[in-house]
Amino acid sequence: MWNRKYEEMDREKLQVLQFLRLKQTIERVYQLVPHYRKSFQSAGAEPGDIRSLADLQKLPFTVKDDLRDNFPYGLFTVDLNEVVRIHSSSGTTGIPTVVGYTRKDLETWAELMARTLTAGGATSESIVHIAYGYGLFTGGLGVHYGAEKIGATVVPISGGQTKRQVKMMKDLGTTLLACTPSYALFIAETIAEMDLRPSDLKLCSGVFGAEPWSEKMRQVIEEKLQIDAFDIYGLSEIIGPGVSYECTAKNGLHLSEDHFIPEIIDPSTGDVLPEGATGELVITTISKEALPMIRYRTRDITNLNSKPCACGRTHSRMTKISGRSDDMIIIRGVNVFPSQIESILLEMGGTEPHYQLVVERVGSLDTLQVLVEVSEQLFSDHIRGLESLENRIHIEIENMLGVSADVKLVEPKNIPRSEGKAQRVIDKRSL
Amino acid sequence: MIKQISIFLENKSGRLVKVTKVLEDARINIRGLSIADTSDFGILRLIVDQPEKAVSTLKENGITATVTEVIAVEVPDRPGGLADILACLNDSGINIEYLYSFIDKPAHNAIIMMRVEKVADALQTLGKNNIPIVRGEKIYSY
Repeated sequence: MWNRKYEEMDREKLQVLQFLRLKQTIERVYQLVPHYRKSFQSAGAEPGDIRSLADLQKLPFTVKDDLRDNFPYGLFTVDLNEVVRIHSSSGTTGIPTVVGYTRKDLETWAELMARTLTAGGATSESIVHIAYGYGLFTGGLGVHYGAEKIGATVVPISGGQTKRQVKMMKDLGTTLLACTPSYALFIAETIAEMDLRPSDLKLCSGVFGAEPWSEKMRQVIEEKLQIDAFDIYGLSEIIGPGVSYECTAKNGLHLSEDHFIPEIIDPSTGDVLPEGATGELVITTISKEALPMIRYRTRDITNLNSKPCACGRTHSRMTKISGRSDDMIIIRGVNVFPSQIESILLEMGGTEPHYQLVVERVGSLDTLQVLVEVSEQLFSDHIRGLESLENRIHIEIENMLGVSADVKLVEPKNIPRSEGKAQRVIDKRSL
Repeated sequence: MIKQISIFLENKSGRLVKVTKVLEDARINIRGLSIADTSDFGILRLIVDQPEKAVSTLKENGITATVTEVIAVEVPDRPGGLADILACLNDSGINIEYLYSFIDKPAHNAIIMMRVEKVADALQTLGKNNIPIVRGEKIYSY
């Protein structure tokens, strides 16, 4: 365990710590962020009303659109010269969301990732292969600083060139792999393709996140790579990876409650649900400086359990994410909203497009097919014209989302409408 | 100029049947057709007796259809008949986007439908070379 003092903290003490930190955070955002002051006031709440942890429910939610409406720095509580890092997540309508970190935030993040990696088997002896993308995405650098904090040997290889990755792992004697679960499967297949066996590598464990995956997929990864596979969870709006992580019990992800307060709500009513009930995860950050988040709706569906864990950690466990309360899909680690595809089609055709996204898993890789109904505005009397339309949509999607999609033109009314609204996403993956 | 109906079709069974059935129900007579296709989709091009009615009927039935203007020319029924016409268009720098022959009742000459980029130039060139252009009314109601 990386930090016994906090990870094994008595729950009563933990709640006192949470309350103190929550009070400070709420005072801070109320004083410094006009958006929060306004939203608290319109909910008829002010910092003085928060007299217990349960009073948190009196405050309004924060949603992704709030970040977008206050783009880029409107929700920051510190001066930009205190911000030492920016990360960004994909946007739905061309406006991305940006998140910022002070030096202390980066230290907190490294601490959380050190806990995550330690729970996943890392020590200062480990050789950690980081195949998450580096850059604006929080995956690569998030894991990186946590692994360095532990004193492990970091191989910052980022994504792509899988054969080279396998060769590097073999040559360097890598012991821990960090990447998306689907990429882990792809690496396993590549190892087999290269006529290697898992025993030719020294891999012992892997921490996998950034997309939802199932117990069944864990079994496959563990069997094919001959490792222990751990789920890790996070999102850039909260801090990035490191929000929660599995221990060796592999029975839920411990959410670092000394830094975050989790709630589970009914996504349609916003009501807080009792412990154990399944609903949408809402997180309040209580130690962040640059960009605190009050009751941020993650849109991820899970449930919480604060009963003692075999590993000794006292922090609540959340079950693996089972779905989303919005229509976001994650393809090869990239967040995709149907509305992004819609805005691309709008630019092509000028009228409301009818389309459908079909996601499938072929082998270990996710594929995205985009069905587009050919309206009169999109139609051309030339094969060439239609082929170039398909091609333009393909290129635009790739440029904007960073995902390669198979674009298929279909006849109108081919995509089923339900209650006047089309079902935008068909997810055929059995994760 | 001839009003041709261009229709988007997915490349799967039953699509052509549906289009022809819709036209049959509206008592529209198909006079000529051609299909261009890829592995996924195709474009059905139709010459019918009532082009406007055909387009509105198809749209009402949820089929993407537009009117495209094409030129119909008479081609002498002898070797080199088509080659001569294409050569004079080529000499005038007129590109043909596509063409197909029109199935007509027994006659001395064949009829070819062609779609060009520069319509006015094409008509002028054909006229100058005394190549007979067939009028719409004649095609729709042979």
